[in-house]
Amino acid sequence: MADAAPSRQRDTTLMGMYLFLASEIMLFGGLFAVALALRLLHPQEVAAASRRLHYGIGAANTVLLLTSSLAVALAVAAAEMGKVKGTVAGLLAAAGLGLGFLALKAAEYGMEIREQLLPAFTPAEAFDSPAAHLFMDLYLVATALHAVHVTVGVALLAGLAWRVHRRSLALPRAATGVEVVGLYWHLVDVIWVFLYPILYLVR
Amino acid sequence: MTELSYLEHGHSLKSWLLTTDHKRIAILYFLSITFFFFVGGAAAALIRIDLLTPEPDLMSNEGYNRAFTLHGVIMVWFFLIPSIPNTFGNFLVPLMIGARDLAFPRLNLLSWYIYMLGGLFTLAVLVLGGVDTGWTFYTPLSSMFANGNVILAATAIFVVGFSSILTGLNFIVTVHRLRCPGMTWGRLPLFVWSIYATSLILVLATPVLSITLVLIAAERLFGVGVFNPALGGDPLLYQHLFWFYSHPAVYIMVLPALGVISELVSTAARKPVFGYRFVAGSSIAIAIIGFLVWGHHMFVAGQSMYASAVFSFLSLAVAVPSGIKVYNWTATLYKGHIALDPPFLFAMSFIGLFVVGGMTGLILAMLAVDVHVHDTYFVIAHFHYIMVGGTVSAYFGALHYWWPKMMGRWLPLVWGRLSAIFIFLGFNLTFFPQFILGYLGMPRRYHVYPAEFQTLHVLSSAGASVLGLAYLLPFTYLLYSLRHGEKAPPNPWGATGLEWTVPSPPPQHNFHELPTVDGPPYQYPVEPDTKREGAHG
Repeated sequence: MADAAPSRQRDTTLMGMYLFLASEIMLFGGLFAVALALRLLHPQEVAAASRRLHYGIGAANTVLLLTSSLAVALAVAAAEMGKVKGTVAGLLAAAGLGLGFLALKAAEYGMEIREQLLPAFTPAEAFDSPAAHLFMDLYLVATALHAVHVTVGVALLAGLAWRVHRRSLALPRAATGVEVVGLYWHLVDVIWVFLYPILYLVR
Repeated sequence: MTELSYLEHGHSLKSWLLTTDHKRIAILYFLSITFFFFVGGAAAALIRIDLLTPEPDLMSNEGYNRAFTLHGVIMVWFFLIPSIPNTFGNFLVPLMIGARDLAFPRLNLLSWYIYMLGGLFTLAVLVLGGVDTGWTFYTPLSSMFANGNVILAATAIFVVGFSSILTGLNFIVTVHRLRCPGMTWGRLPLFVWSIYATSLILVLATPVLSITLVLIAAERLFGVGVFNPALGGDPLLYQHLFWFYSHPAVYIMVLPALGVISELVSTAARKPVFGYRFVAGSSIAIAIIGFLVWGHHMFVAGQSMYASAVFSFLSLAVAVPSGIKVYNWTATLYKGHIALDPPFLFAMSFIGLFVVGGMTGLILAMLAVDVHVHDTYFVIAHFHYIMVGGTVSAYFGALHYWWPKMMGRWLPLVWGRLSAIFIFLGFNLTFFPQFILGYLGMPRRYHVYPAEFQTLHVLSSAGASVLGLAYLLPFTYLLYSLRHGEKAPPNPWGATGLEWTVPSPPPQHNFHELPTVDGPPYQYPVEPDTKREGAHG
């Protein structure tokens, strides 16, 4: 057991991170409010538009992200035990799965562009209804903002893995850093867990 | 012998720009916020000059719109929101709770850089290109019709939002984690309570503004139409999201001021704050209820009548904790040995103006009356009484009260008293006529008006020139005191609180040994450790 000061420092750092994550939830909360408003204003059109999304790809991406969260959780456990290899392996696995998510998301955007579903790449007349257009606008903004978060997360995970591997972060003292990045990654995951049903499944 | 103060610890520019000392960062904020205050003030001067006559004199219609947008954007996001928290909060919270710094000192410096980046970018955008939407960026004006740099301005405000979030986060963690032994929640200075409540709003409301600005920018860039009625979107949705941030933001601006006044009043009365627990709790109550009143900005915007009724009730309810504070300050003064020092005059001026602003807020919160005065100068006068009469008075009060602590120099008390009085008079002359103008039907944001309103507009502009000069006054004698003022002792006002136990200005690490607190706060009376005659100048 470490002495009191580092554990105090750890609690302080984690509290800061939790507050930051609270602000992230409020950021996406605005988009969830928009989703609710669209559903209330145009229930049929939104449900019809939602049916045209590729929920299979969304489901596969959900699996990828949930698995990556498991990998991060294992990396945190390994870091607390001071195991460098285990930590690096967990972080890299999570980063890899995150990249997989981004690749699938990009492929999905590609399909949607070909099917004339994705706003900014599709003329307004091609949509089934104005409300369907709005729903796809929301889909694009929400998933793109989430993808930005995934990209940042992948960069953080990979950078952390590199520094742990090079021993510039000494374990287990630097375990808090792994835990903080892990928390961020879990949040990115949790937001997707809400985005996926709201966009793809609730019809 | 004696330890070097934080001011003497390094004189190079680098030692300031790379500092992680919360006191130096507070000074960096103070300098930049003062700069933005005068930029916003200059825009207000242009507006008031133009309104001297019913016809446009100085600016084109679009130029006028740009001037009031500049005034609003700069004053809200770059002066009022950061004013008290980022200067006095930064300087005082660690000192008041017996800590050596904030929980995340480097993050604190980063917040300042983000603030400067956002601020200078905004200034460039607003001066070089201009935005004519008003600070509220209402759709569909901002998304479909406005020309000018809406996207760039939205980006800059998005950026400065991160500064708010990081600062708020830093304060919350600091108050939770770094209180010295014995500094229980029930012994925290009331200023710290109010900064804590403010920080909760900063962290939870600011991101909602961020996402709203993202949607505005996306609408202009890609035609994302969630706020566009032509595409089936809802402009009212924009107003909901905007005011979900911007009404709590009003409390971001005024809660720290309420905390300042609690400190000033008890020191001036040499008495403990009456009803400490209620004053502390009312800050939290204001923060919470403040999140539930945003719909009162939309009484005439087509919101459901039932929603309006609930929002009206909640808006009246938020006056209760504000009222508790005012009554408790008054009770604190009762039978006090009041010293008419500049900080107290600013506090009195705050209380009077805050009560007028608050009572007219109740008028606006009532559904039927609001229909008559909505979007008129009545609203303008109301929120300037809170924001300028209230917050700016508290800001100057705090500046006079903690100046000897921050700079280690006395200020000329006579000049301090004079400027408090001039600011009070100038303020009332500027804004009281606007209540009447609004009640008579003068709409806000109009550049041309019927001739019968001219007298009141001239009065208001005359008041604005008094107010402008009165705002310049403190900066001249405070600057003078830096070189010529007498050296200030640790506790010049005879105040309680840990910040008065350390030398003025405080040493770099605040405390040699972390203090231990063993009693309730505000154990007055305390003898000032100075002969008061020396202070007069």
